Amino acid sequence: MRASTAPLLTLPLDGGQSERLRQALAGLTPDQLQWVSGYAAGLAAAASVPAQAAAPSTLSDGANTLTVLYGSQTGNGKGVAERLAARAKEKGFGVSLQSLADYKPSQLKREVLLSFVISTHGEGEPPDDAELFHEYLFSKKAPTLAGIRYSVLALGDSSYINFCQTGRELDQRLADLGALRLQPLAECDVDYEEVADRWVGDVLARVPDLISATSPVPQLRAVTVAPRFDKNRPFHAEVLVNQKITGRHSSKDVRHIELSLEGSGLHYEPGDALAVIVRNPPALVQQLISAVGLDGATPVDVAGESLSLETALSEKLEITATSTGFLKAWAAYGSGELKSLLEQGDRAVLSELVDGHQVIDIVRRFPATVDAAGLASSLRKLGARSYSIASSQRANPDEVHLTVAAVRYDAFGSEHWGAASTHLADRLGEGDRVFVYVEPNSRFHLPADDSADIVMIGPGTGVAPFRAFVEERAERGAQGRNWLFFGDRTFGSDFLYQLEWQRHLKSGALARLDLAFSRDQSEKVYVQDRIRAQGKDLYEWIRSGASIYICGDSKHMAGDVEQALVDVIALHGNTGAAEAKARLKELRRDGRYQRDVY
Amino acid sequence: MSRILSDVERIKAASRHLRGTLAESLADAVTGALAEDDTQLSKFHGIYQQDDRDQRSERKRQRLEPAYSFMIRARVPAGICTPAQWLNMDRVATEKANGTIRLTTRQAFQLHGVIKSGLKAAIAGINREMMDTLAACGDVNRNVMAPTLYDLTDVHRQVQADARRLSDHLTPATNAYHEIWLDGTKLPLENDDRAADVEPIYGRTYLPRKFKSAFVVPPQNDTDIYSQDLGFIAIVENGQLVGYNVTVGGGMGMAHGEPETYPRLADILGFVTPDNILAVAEAVVTTQRDHGDRTNRKHARLKYTIDDRGIDWFRAEVVERSGVAVAAPRKFAFTSNGDVYGWQADAAGAWHYTLFIQNGRVADTGDRRLLAGLRRIAALHHGEFRLTPNQNLTISSVRDEDRESIESLLTEFGIENELQASALRLNSLACVAFPTCGLAMAESERYLPSLIDTLEGHLIDAGLGNEPITIRMTGCPNGCARPYIGEIGLVGKGPGTYNLYLGAGFAGERLGCLYRENIGETEIIEALLPLFEAFGAARADGEHFGDFLVRTGVVREVTAGRNFHAAEVAHG
Ligand code: SRM
Ligand SMILES: Cc1cc2nc3c(=O)[nH]c(=O)nc-3n(C[C@H](O)[C@H](O)[C@H](O)COP(=O)(O)OP(=O)(O)OC[C@H]3O[C@@H](n4cnc5c(N)ncnc54)[C@H](O)[C@@H]3O)c2cc1C
Ligand SMILES: Cc1cc2nc3c(=O)[nH]c(=O)nc-3n(C[C@H](O)[C@H](O)[C@H](O)COP(=O)(O)O)c2cc1C
Ligand code: SF4
Repeated sequence: MRASTAPLLTLPLDGGQSERLRQALAGLTPDQLQWVSGYAAGLAAAASVPAQAAAPSTLSDGANTLTVLYGSQTGNGKGVAERLAARAKEKGFGVSLQSLADYKPSQLKREVLLSFVISTHGEGEPPDDAELFHEYLFSKKAPTLAGIRYSVLALGDSSYINFCQTGRELDQRLADLGALRLQPLAECDVDYEEVADRWVGDVLARVPDLISATSPVPQLRAVTVAPRFDKNRPFHAEVLVNQKITGRHSSKDVRHIELSLEGSGLHYEPGDALAVIVRNPPALVQQLISAVGLDGATPVDVAGESLSLETALSEKLEITATSTGFLKAWAAYGSGELKSLLEQGDRAVLSELVDGHQVIDIVRRFPATVDAAGLASSLRKLGARSYSIASSQRANPDEVHLTVAAVRYDAFGSEHWGAASTHLADRLGEGDRVFVYVEPNSRFHLPADDSADIVMIGPGTGVAPFRAFVEERAERGAQGRNWLFFGDRTFGSDFLYQLEWQRHLKSGALARLDLAFSRDQSEKVYVQDRIRAQGKDLYEWIRSGASIYICGDSKHMAGDVEQALVDVIALHGNTGAAEAKARLKELRRDGRYQRDVY
Repeated sequence: MSRILSDVERIKAASRHLRGTLAESLADAVTGALAEDDTQLSKFHGIYQQDDRDQRSERKRQRLEPAYSFMIRARVPAGICTPAQWLNMDRVATEKANGTIRLTTRQAFQLHGVIKSGLKAAIAGINREMMDTLAACGDVNRNVMAPTLYDLTDVHRQVQADARRLSDHLTPATNAYHEIWLDGTKLPLENDDRAADVEPIYGRTYLPRKFKSAFVVPPQNDTDIYSQDLGFIAIVENGQLVGYNVTVGGGMGMAHGEPETYPRLADILGFVTPDNILAVAEAVVTTQRDHGDRTNRKHARLKYTIDDRGIDWFRAEVVERSGVAVAAPRKFAFTSNGDVYGWQADAAGAWHYTLFIQNGRVADTGDRRLLAGLRRIAALHHGEFRLTPNQNLTISSVRDEDRESIESLLTEFGIENELQASALRLNSLACVAFPTCGLAMAESERYLPSLIDTLEGHLIDAGLGNEPITIRMTGCPNGCARPYIGEIGLVGKGPGTYNLYLGAGFAGERLGCLYRENIGETEIIEALLPLFEAFGAARADGEHFGDFLVRTGVVREVTAGRNFHAAEVAHG
């Protein structure tokens, strides 16, 4: 059935609307149409929930406080902000004073009364500490700020063309986002003291009635409504951020990716994974088509659906990861060499073929003649890829974050790509969308008891779920201590989320952080070495009830780390290796030793 | 003005004589930085925390801390350095820093790009050859400058000896340096009540601000004596060093838009004989220690103490504290504040070659291979090296028989002066600025060379191709390359824009005056071109560019630091 034949006119839509809807639906597959119907239902349900019925968000510290935020390079603005905060305190108001560098933008929605002191630097640019906040505020992530009152003091130097630019932009943007100007923007030249003092006075004059009068704006909790999105009904999530988080000199390209879950009703726990449905690298699809000497337009059947070979190879079939099934099928199409290799049934040879070769490598190495249908039927269905969720939903209500290492490498004299990781890293820009669903992982969750300690071992991208763990426990105000072991190649370029860990250490959300950077010194150092070095303390933590979590590479890391744990238990619990292993088993059984390795 | 002490005073007072928590900071593996308070204390040890500003905003997005590294400044009293010390500095620079050596405007060495984990090894490495970094920075007396030139008398050797005596006398006595960097034995904790005997001159909180001293032998003013807190002008009468005119209260630094800060040229306090210089110097230092403004770092230099209280009050204090009767100043005359390049012979018949090093950066770039060339020269050189106050290097005390081999190395590595320099370039200075300097507002070292390329052409057109004109650029108003006493002074205001100062004296005896504000390259050239032409056409015989601009009223004469900005206003 094609969308355009649906009797739209009977719907309660005016001509324009029904025409736009007709266009939007034209050419959708039945699957997609079904999804859209569900999506629309969801939106309707969400919209129909009356505001007062919504549960207000956990009581925000924005309520009844004056929040003073400053962006200051050389300290002038900081000084003014501190003066305002001090004088407001004297008058007995609740005040929270923060540098924009430390301020969590997600907090904005919860504010009541905001005062900004911000200077301009560079050629009309924000001061360093305000750069990211400024970027956020002007990005599509910026929330509406209805009901919030604000005032801005701009510091500048009129000998610059862009006098007080940043302050002016900020003042305007806040208004555009729906916030209410408490008083007109005040602009200071280099002799800023006088204007600043007057401004401080004006703010203080207005505070009294405001913070007693206003109460926090109630927040809509994400409302769960049918249909829930799941494996069969993946959610089309918008990409909010796609940011490389390895430095200039890194040998790797690791991305921090933020997706919007707004309106999806999707729920996840720290430790869960997100499944991502992707397309194969276009270049690789072309290479494969020409390698087998076929025409991409040739129609083929995949799961009862008829589409062009090109579409099938790009959207439906696995062409990167090789499978034994494919090898067998491919052998049947000709190459005696491959057939005999398989018949020897040597495991090493087989795994070398499967792990070390992508489909294109097999096709090139063992030429065979095959038609479009034959090729299609030999390939597995393109599977979704899983990524540990790197965010806490409590801390980021409408978002899910991932930490993705782009798989790119050279083999057999040509460039190779991983399908999903490069789709996310290279082919999805901010604003694009990707189909996802949550994969709950109950075997990798935080202890129910917030007072229990945890030890997290996550080198490389294995650190992703631990970012979620620490965020979550901080949000919950969990009392248990959090200890992280992280490792990668270099301190300078591969210290994933370094700034966040430093902040968590400062706030106490992270109790300990032990690091192993393998390539910073002549002898290689890995997390397992750090674990042994800290054995005494680690054993104490375990004895007093800490849970241990390992995430990351399954080929080497997981095994080496487990061995290190056994050694630590044996040494400091002075038992034999066998007993130590048994001890670890118990921990596993009691859910105090959990692994998520891949 | 507030009476509250500046925060650095708190840090110094609590530091147990410059120890702070430096040891802990070095051990913290989670960051490449030091604890905030320690970044103030490290300066006293000759170490500045910096970060690669080219990578700053990129790394913030990457959720990585800034690319922290450290600049190490090694003290070289009077700029005298042995070949062994040079080779050692070369080794440390190559193994632990960014592979370049930076000669500074105060005759010292700087290394850039040392990461925290390599810091201790680098400092220990420098000390291996009896050279240290203590007091190269911080609120103490910095590297003591002395002329590197030679004449046919022995005066320079005596003056250099006096400079080293002064340097030793004013070096902090704390053992923190050895403790932290050289694993020296811990002394019994140097606690407050013993402060006096730990630092007899400085005391527990050292000076209110940095302090700089220099010596000079007229007619050359190569150490820019008027820009120094404390100066000694050698008075030579019939070939003999009879004593010094003491100068006080010089300084360059100011801040844009804050007229209460300004560059100031030193006053002459009076004449003293060589045997009295230590007593007088100590009196100057302790007067500043006790009366300098510790509440406002921007008003803490000796120049403000003197302007606030008057030179007569100050002279009385010094006489009182030193017990030395300061006599009336003797006659002397300066001709230039630059270096004299090329070969010269001295009294003993030894040779000295002053080598031009653009902006003091010793590096291998293309076929100009300064680092490699000087490495070879140091290996066969029997004399010494002299770091000059103009960021150049003198290969000093060369024996007749070695002269030829050194000349051929200079040619082989493409570094002898003729190969690189026009008169303007030879008289140019640029501070470091980007990417390492945390205070830079505009480019300097990386930019001035190309600006000079352009200006040279215009000078030749104006028939001034061989005219020595001093041009000095800094990336911010702190004035590290002493731009306010360069005939053409360019001071960074923001990315790509500068303030242009003109009319300074060729011998550093008069401050320049603001001529254009906040301008980029095109406007800079537009501003200078007509002035070059006028100068070429109407200059008096032997008249210098700065003097010409003042005589013809292009800029007003700045007669004192106090009216440096007044001149601005008047000029509009
Ligand atoms: C390397 C050098 C410039 C050069 O190109 O050679 C230099 C470089 C810096 N100077 Fe300077 N100053 C250097 C000579 C000077 C001079 C010239 C002189 O001493 O004859 C001055 C002007 C004279 C004076 O002190 O007034 C000078 C006035 C300053 C100031 C302003 C001081 C003031 O009281 O106004 C600062 C900023 C400060 O101290 O707050 C500063 C600060 C700095 C710092 C350390 C920036 C900082 O504090 O973070 C710069 C390091 C940049 C880098 O990445 O290497 N530097 N600085 C010179 C090192 C001299 C030495 O070996 O000790
Ligand atoms: C529970 C779970 C959580 C995960 N969490 C994360 C996470 O947080 N972050 C993350 O980045 N990944 C994570 N992964 C791994 C992720 O799912 C993908 O496997 C990974 O991104 C590669 O997928 P891809 O589609 O890009 O590569 P594919 O298209 O699957 O291609 C990879 C294929 O190329 C070959 N290959 C890959 N590298 C090489 C090489 N160097 N040399 C030779 N051949 C090679 C192999 O044959 C491999 O099958 C997780 C996996 C699981 C199961
Ligand atoms: C490198 C630099 C660039 C600047 N650019 C601008 C500008 O473009 N526009 C402006 O109004 N002020 C500019 N200023 C002036 C500052 O905004 C002004 O000094 C302000 O008081 C600094 O306040 P802060 O110390 O809180 O950062 C600039 C200052 C510096 C140091
Ligand atoms: S003048 Fe300013 S920019 Fe240049 S080195 Fe000194 S402090 Fe840095």
